[in-house]
Amino acid sequence: MKYTSAFDIIGPVMVGPSSSHTAGAVRMGNIARQVLAEPPLCAEFRLMGSFATTYRGHGTDVALLAGVMNLSPEEDGVPVAKQMASDVGLSYSFEEDNLGYFHPNTVRISLLGRQRQVDLVASSIGGGKVEVQELDGLPLKFSGDRPTLLLYHQDAPGFLAKVCRFLDVHGYNIGRLVLERWRRGGNAVALCEVDGKLPPGVLQELRAEIGEVSDLRLVCTNFAELP
Amino acid sequence: MSFSHIQELVSLAEERHSSIGDLMLDVEMAASGQCADEILERMSRQLDVMEQAVRKGTTESVVSKTGLTGGDGFRMQTYLNEGRTILPVNALRPLAYALAVSEVNASMGRIVATPTAGAAGILPGVLMYMVDTHGTRRETLVRGLLTAAALGLVIANSASISGAVGGCQAEIGSATAMAAGTLVEMQGGSPRQVAHAVGIALKNSLGLVCDPVGGLVEIPCILRNGLHALTAIAAADMALAGIRSIIPADEVIQVMHHIGQKMPSTLRETGLGGLASTPTGQRLREQVFGR
Repeated sequence: MKYTSAFDIIGPVMVGPSSSHTAGAVRMGNIARQVLAEPPLCAEFRLMGSFATTYRGHGTDVALLAGVMNLSPEEDGVPVAKQMASDVGLSYSFEEDNLGYFHPNTVRISLLGRQRQVDLVASSIGGGKVEVQELDGLPLKFSGDRPTLLLYHQDAPGFLAKVCRFLDVHGYNIGRLVLERWRRGGNAVALCEVDGKLPPGVLQELRAEIGEVSDLRLVCTNFAELP
Repeated sequence: MSFSHIQELVSLAEERHSSIGDLMLDVEMAASGQCADEILERMSRQLDVMEQAVRKGTTESVVSKTGLTGGDGFRMQTYLNEGRTILPVNALRPLAYALAVSEVNASMGRIVATPTAGAAGILPGVLMYMVDTHGTRRETLVRGLLTAAALGLVIANSASISGAVGGCQAEIGSATAMAAGTLVEMQGGSPRQVAHAVGIALKNSLGLVCDPVGGLVEIPCILRNGLHALTAIAAADMALAGIRSIIPADEVIQVMHHIGQKMPSTLRETGLGGLASTPTGQRLREQVFGR
């Protein structure tokens, strides 16, 4: 079931006018920014379906921009995100596109930072709830409702066992676990949704302990769940 | 665990001799690991935002970002204070309150999506009406929000709360059903009566298309919030009177989903069909966005 919390329905607290086209858009921007893990220099948004035809009226454009600048859906800065973007030197573009068979409210977000880039496809499925459909071309689905670990690694036997053991030893319950790889033995991403906050120290330790991990991210649209 | 059937809510509540709101509280505690007080405190903060939006939109003339709409919550409230209404003055307060919240939303002000921003006026409208005219206690309202959440979860999980997927019935219809069921529970109705209120309210919203002018959450969204706040209360009173929804609520929710799937995309939040396609709708669109 996609909606599990009372606050999925009585919430989010947000600036208007649309939960899917404004609040959801901020959250999708938040996820892209958290995966990039640095201030973006350039943001490209490709919008399909209802997003494409109504984004100006719903403020979807300012909401997406606010999201990639780390604002939350309830912040007063959301409506003036374009001004904020030009103040920090973030260039951006919005294009209408057909992204394929997705929910009508879907966007492809491409961010470019100094060191990294991110490409994700995400849908805003209603009431402010979002779902990532693809990350850097891999079919990785996640909502960002709970703390979500993205572990970039080299595909190798026993990798997941090490991750599970590490999280178990540190007292974390895994709510969801997915692994996608580009090819056998090649680059791969493991996605772990965990119950409970993951402080930076634990993440550093995880990285030090599991040699296959080349990079990691903690993603969560519920800012209260972030350390 | 979450909810996907109204019947499941009714059976569980009857089995445990608890309210639907208390059932939701238990599930939320189990899922979040938070205690009852923490969850009620969080819900209480959502209620604060709802109340602020009601008060803002009734005490000042709030104008939308585009300038196309605004001031109707204040206009209605002023008219009520003059006392020359057709319906009793108090009966119209929920309408004024719901208009107010929807106008705050259209001005990019702060609201709570219940279940969506497009339908955010209805639940605060009826809840603040209960406070102002029935003296309902705050504690009861916070618990009522949990009832509303349980009902909304069922609709979101078994159908849709997205106008882009299911049309306006999925947003305004869902909010009306949630508000109707919540009122029944707050007034001491049984879980079965809550279910009937949901069925009655949602039936009256079936087929409602999402056709916002210019794709903006303004015309007709704001007015629909106002009028459906009244519908929600009327549906609650019907259920409390013992009137049944002969088609069970779960079947009404299912058929809402089917109707949504059959709606052309022009009538599902694309701003292309319905009122958006009228000569005035098109002119207003051009006025805001240019040709």
